Amino acid sequence: MLIDSGSPGAVGTIGITLTINGERRELQVAPWTTLLDLLRERLDLTGTKKGCDHGQCGACTVLVNGTRINSCLTLAVMKDGAEITTVEGLAGLGQREGKNSLHPIQEAFVEHDAFQCGYCTPGQLCSSVGLMNEGHAKTRDEIREAMSGNICRCGAYTNIVDAIEEVMHQGDAR
Amino acid sequence: MNRFDYVRPGTVAEAVQALGADPAARFIAGGTNLIDLMKYDVEKPGKLIDITRLPLGEIEESDGGLRIGALVTNAALAYDARIKERYPLLSSAILAGASAQLRNAASTGGNLLQRTRCYYFYDTATPCNKREPGTGCSAIGGVNRIHAILGASDQCIATHPSDMCVALAALEATVQVSGPQGDRAIPFAEFHRLPGDEPSRDTNLAPGEIIVAIDLPAQTFTTHYTYLKLRDRLSYAFALVSVAAALELDGQTIRTARLALGGVAHKPWRNGEAEALLQGQTATRKTFEAAADLILREAKPQSTNGFKIELARRAIVRGLEQAAAGTPQSQSDKRIQ
Ligand SMILES: Cc1cc2nc3c(=O)[nH]c(=O)nc-3n(C[C@H](O)[C@H](O)[C@H](O)COP(=O)(O)OP(=O)(O)OC[C@H]3O[C@@H](n4cnc5c(N)ncnc54)[C@H](O)[C@@H]3O)c2cc1C
Ligand code: SF4
Ligand code: FES
Ligand code: FES
Repeated sequence: MLIDSGSPGAVGTIGITLTINGERRELQVAPWTTLLDLLRERLDLTGTKKGCDHGQCGACTVLVNGTRINSCLTLAVMKDGAEITTVEGLAGLGQREGKNSLHPIQEAFVEHDAFQCGYCTPGQLCSSVGLMNEGHAKTRDEIREAMSGNICRCGAYTNIVDAIEEVMHQGDAR
Repeated sequence: MNRFDYVRPGTVAEAVQALGADPAARFIAGGTNLIDLMKYDVEKPGKLIDITRLPLGEIEESDGGLRIGALVTNAALAYDARIKERYPLLSSAILAGASAQLRNAASTGGNLLQRTRCYYFYDTATPCNKREPGTGCSAIGGVNRIHAILGASDQCIATHPSDMCVALAALEATVQVSGPQGDRAIPFAEFHRLPGDEPSRDTNLAPGEIIVAIDLPAQTFTTHYTYLKLRDRLSYAFALVSVAAALELDGQTIRTARLALGGVAHKPWRNGEAEALLQGQTATRKTFEAAADLILREAKPQSTNGFKIELARRAIVRGLEQAAAGTPQSQSDKRIQ
């Protein structure tokens, strides 16, 4: 057994290591803590949003080892050892000489007015970076389809696709 | 969510042993179905056995086909070069399901074992024979738009929600499992069950067994196939009706026909008689309509899902037309050609 939380019913915590936005952290977590709740409630990384808590909206999207997933449907203990990037860490990923501190996709969202209330935006941004890392979506239709896991109640979809298209064609994905 | 213990085995034997030792334990892989159900208290495991570190994450050549490890993610499977080239029907069906984020997390084994999306199954305040045997079925006479039209019982009318499984049924995959009694292989058609009078059991997996792999047979359908999924919105929604169709043609004559339906029954629905009827026939709309009529002859509507019978009829005909023409449904351009 690699890990055993111990005796039946003990309200134990488990020691895990996560690298969050480039910072390595040793944490003690209860096994039922979702990655989303760990980020928001324990680590004060409230950029990642809780929309539905059931995998139906994408507001909680983060990158785990560069891959986008719904942080509401995974337990923090299961990601022991992983690198997590949240919206707070995107700028760090995108930093280059002579540029300001935003990730290109963040700049493009501003440029294209790709949000209104902004609630879905952290998830949309992380999802966009995940989409570009995957490298499968090329056409507008494909981008729309590959972004369908992020619901925007304000309906900023068209501008979001514009922003992604622009950054994709600059080849600026990390 | 209830409180639970957590273990992380490093080998399949340890995982099987941990499950055998604790009937209240559950495996967890992607977590996208189990954690959802735990948040509704539909599942309340005493212990989670995290199987994500088991060495079951590879796709390998096997007997002319491919062996897919149970932990291969839905995304890795759909985009694998060998799968795209040799089993495009499977790739297409996976990409028709869920969202990119969910497919990145969801595992092959977990996809087979995902539970129904019946609203009452999720709602612990209502009776449900699947969740609590003997309490009754709230969906019969209730809201049953997404429920079965084929193979249901008076105990349960739930459907199996998977897209991937519909393609695996058409491809005649085999499920490899390991358990306290050793290893065994389950033909896909025998993996999922009809509800009958035991709707709490979705599958024929025995207590304590783990899925280790799915085997795809050597026969591929690389030209004449389609996965056509009809639903309430164009993406990120479960199927009302879906069709996996795969044909081998000799000119316009059908040599082999495989047809599986999703969203209509407690398991991916196949009808051997209809497939036999197609064989040797010319690939025309008339032939396809005859097959659809045969499949739906035994269909029974519930109070609010009668429309699905006609929807299924049209989807079968259109799916077979797409397969015969070699113009599979695109999963990004949603126009149905
Ligand atoms: C909003 C939403 C939309 C979705 N839309 C679709 C859709 O359109 N089409 C579709 O097909 N699916 C859809 N899904 C479902 C998704 O495909 C499943 O949740 C996923 O495939 C389950 O895999 P998992 O690895 O996350 O399973 P888990 O949640 O980890 O496990 C599910 C079950 O399988 C058991 N299990 C897991 N692996 C094994 C194994 N190797 N051996 C034995 N038991 C095992 C677990 O104990 C548990 O009971 C959707 C899900 C959500 C949340
Ligand atoms: S259809 Fe099945 S799952 Fe739904 S309420 Fe009836 S018994 Fe429960
Ligand atoms: S909060 Fe995770 S998908 Fe909605
Ligand atoms: S900007 Fe308001 S929900 Fe997307």
